[in-house]
Amino acid sequence: MSDTVALSDRSAPAVLTARNGVLGALSDLFWRKPKLLLFLMLLPPVLWLGIVYLGSLFALLLQSFFSIDEYSGMIKREFTLKTYGELLQPSNLDIIIRTVVMATLVTIASAIVAFPIAYYAARYARGKWKALFYLAIMLPLWSSYLVKVYAWKLILSKEGILNWALAKLHLTGLLEAWLALPIVGGNSLSVSSTGTFIVFVYVWLPFMILPIQASLERIPVSLIEASADLGASPGQSFWNVIFPLALPGVAAGSIFTFSLTLGDYIIPKIIGTSHLFIGQAVYAHQGTAGNIPLAAAFTVVPIVVMGLYLWMAKRMGAFDAI
Amino acid sequence: MIAAVSFENVSRHFGSVKAVDQVDLVVQPGEFFAMLGPSGSGKTTCLRLIAGFEQPTTGAISIFGERAEGVPPYRRNVNTVFQDYALFPHMNVLDNVAYGLKVKGVPRIERIRTAEDALALVRLPGYGTRKPGQLSGGQRQRVALARALVNRPKVLLLDEPLGALDLKLRENMQEELKALQKTLGITFIFVTHDQGEALSMADRVAVFNDGRIMQVGTPQDIYARPASRFVADFVGSSNVVPPDFVKRHCQRDGWGSLRPEAIRVSTETNGTGIPARVVSVSYTGAATRLGLDAEGLRLHATVPVGAIVPEQGADVVLSFGANALHVMAADA
Repeated sequence: MSDTVALSDRSAPAVLTARNGVLGALSDLFWRKPKLLLFLMLLPPVLWLGIVYLGSLFALLLQSFFSIDEYSGMIKREFTLKTYGELLQPSNLDIIIRTVVMATLVTIASAIVAFPIAYYAARYARGKWKALFYLAIMLPLWSSYLVKVYAWKLILSKEGILNWALAKLHLTGLLEAWLALPIVGGNSLSVSSTGTFIVFVYVWLPFMILPIQASLERIPVSLIEASADLGASPGQSFWNVIFPLALPGVAAGSIFTFSLTLGDYIIPKIIGTSHLFIGQAVYAHQGTAGNIPLAAAFTVVPIVVMGLYLWMAKRMGAFDAI
Repeated sequence: MIAAVSFENVSRHFGSVKAVDQVDLVVQPGEFFAMLGPSGSGKTTCLRLIAGFEQPTTGAISIFGERAEGVPPYRRNVNTVFQDYALFPHMNVLDNVAYGLKVKGVPRIERIRTAEDALALVRLPGYGTRKPGQLSGGQRQRVALARALVNRPKVLLLDEPLGALDLKLRENMQEELKALQKTLGITFIFVTHDQGEALSMADRVAVFNDGRIMQVGTPQDIYARPASRFVADFVGSSNVVPPDFVKRHCQRDGWGSLRPEAIRVSTETNGTGIPARVVSVSYTGAATRLGLDAEGLRLHATVPVGAIVPEQGADVVLSFGANALHVMAADA
C-alpha cells in the first residue's frame, strides 16, 4: 500500500501535455503527416538527380543524334543516325572492342583477387583485425588517384622495382617473353596493355571487395553448417551454398569495376599503349576535334554495354539470392 | 547393446568458459532423448559436439561405437534440424530436401523421388517448387525435418525445433514428431529449454546446468523425484523446501521438493496442519494457483476446478501426504 501513497504524493502531470513553440508544432505536423516530411526530405535530391543529372544525360543523348558538318566543323542540329554509323568504322569499333575486353578481363581478375580477401574479412576477421581490414581496403581510396597511377608507372617501368625484383629472382626472361607477345606486350610493362590491366585491377579492387564482403557477411553460419551436416565437403558447400549467395555481391562489385573501366581515360593515357580506350576517344572528340556528336555517341556505348551486362547478369540469376 | 551416442568425461571449453564440463552420457538406439536446461547450460554445445560442429577439449565421443573426435560433420551419419531451420534461400523446397542426396552423388531422378517421399512424410506433398521464403514458420520447420531425414541418419539432432512456433502449432508438432520417431525408429536427440516439451515428448531427459548434467531419467523420475534443488526448481513449478522444514514434517535430512498439486488447502482453520496465509490468487484455466506464506516460506499450491478457492489474505491450513514430500539427495 505504501507504494501508491508515495506515487500520489507527487504532483500529477496533465494527461495531455502542451506543445511548446514552433518546432513543437512542426514536429506534431510531421507526426500526423509523415509523407509530408518524406516529400520535403526527398525534394532536393530528386531535383538534383532529375534536372542536373538525368537532364544532362538526356542532353548528351540528344547530341549523339546530331552530326558534324565535315567542311565547316559546325554541328548540324537535325536528327540523324550518321554519327552512330561512324562508331562502326573499323578504327572506332577497335576502340570499343578494346575497352569492353579490358573491362571484362579487369572485372574477372578483380573478382578472383577480391573473393579470398572478402571471405577472410567476412568469416574470420574479428575486432581489431576487422578494423585493420577496412583500413587496408579504404586507405588507398584516401590518396589521390593520380598519385597512385604515377606510382604504378614507376613500379612498372624498365628501371622500376618490379623489373629489379624479377631480375633478382632470375625471372627477367619470363617477363621479356611475355612482353614480346602481340597485343598484351610492349617495350616495358608501363607501356603495355598488361600494365594498363594491372593498374585497373589495383585501382578498382576496393569496389569489388566491399560488396562481396557485405554479401558474404549476410550468409548465416547455420547455412554453411547445414550444408556440412547434410554431407557436403567444404568444396561442395562453397559451390552450392556460399558462392550462389555471394553472387549478388560479385555482381554489384562487377558493376563498379566494369563501368569504371569502361569510362576511365586517365589510366590508359598514363600507363599503356598509344591505342585509345572509349574514355580517351570521348576526351579527344569533345576537346581537340570538337566533334561533340561523336563524343556523345561514344558515351552512349558504355551505357548500352552496361544495360546488356545487367540484363545478362539478371538472366543468369545473379540477383536471385537478393 | 551399442549406445547410439556416448560421452565419456567430455568437456568443451571456450577460453575460460566451460560450456560443457566433464559430461558422461549414454543415449540408447531408437530413443527419444531430450536435453533440457536454461540458456547457456551447455545443452546446445553437447548437440553440436554430436553433430561435429564443435570438437571436445577433452574426453571421448562415440556414435554407434565409433570414435567421433576429429571427424568432420560431413563424414558423420548424423543430421540436424537447426533452430532457425537454415534452409537454403536460393533453392526451392525440393532442392533443399534433396541437397543431402545431391552432394552424395545420387542420380537426379532418384533423388527427386526420395525427396518427394520425404516431403510426403512431413505432410508437405506438392510444395517442392516453392522457395523457403514463401513458406510459413511451421512449413519451414517441416521442410527442415524432411531435409534432415532424407539421408536416413542414424541419429537425428533437433535444436530447439519448436521454439519459433506458436503454442497450438507447437503442440501439434510435438505429437507429430513423437509419432514420426516411433515410425522411423531413428534415435532423436532434441534440445529444449521448455520443461513441458521435454517431459511430454522424451523417453528420457537429461537436465543441464552450468555445463554439467544434473540428472538423467525418465520424465516421471525427473518430475516426481528430482535429484537436486536445481532440477526441482527448473522442471515444473515445484516448491523447494529447506532441511529444517523437511525435518519438522517428515523427520528426514536434506532439501525437499513438494509439488503444488500435492498440497491440500483447507479453509477450516481449526483442523490440523500447517497454518498459512494466502498471498496471491491466480486463475490459470485448469486450476487456480495460490501463493502461500507458511512458516515464513513462500509456497505454491494449485486448487483444482470445483474446489473452494480461498480469497487473498485468508488464513488456511495446509496438509500433504507423507510421500508427497520428496527428499533430494544432492544439495545443489
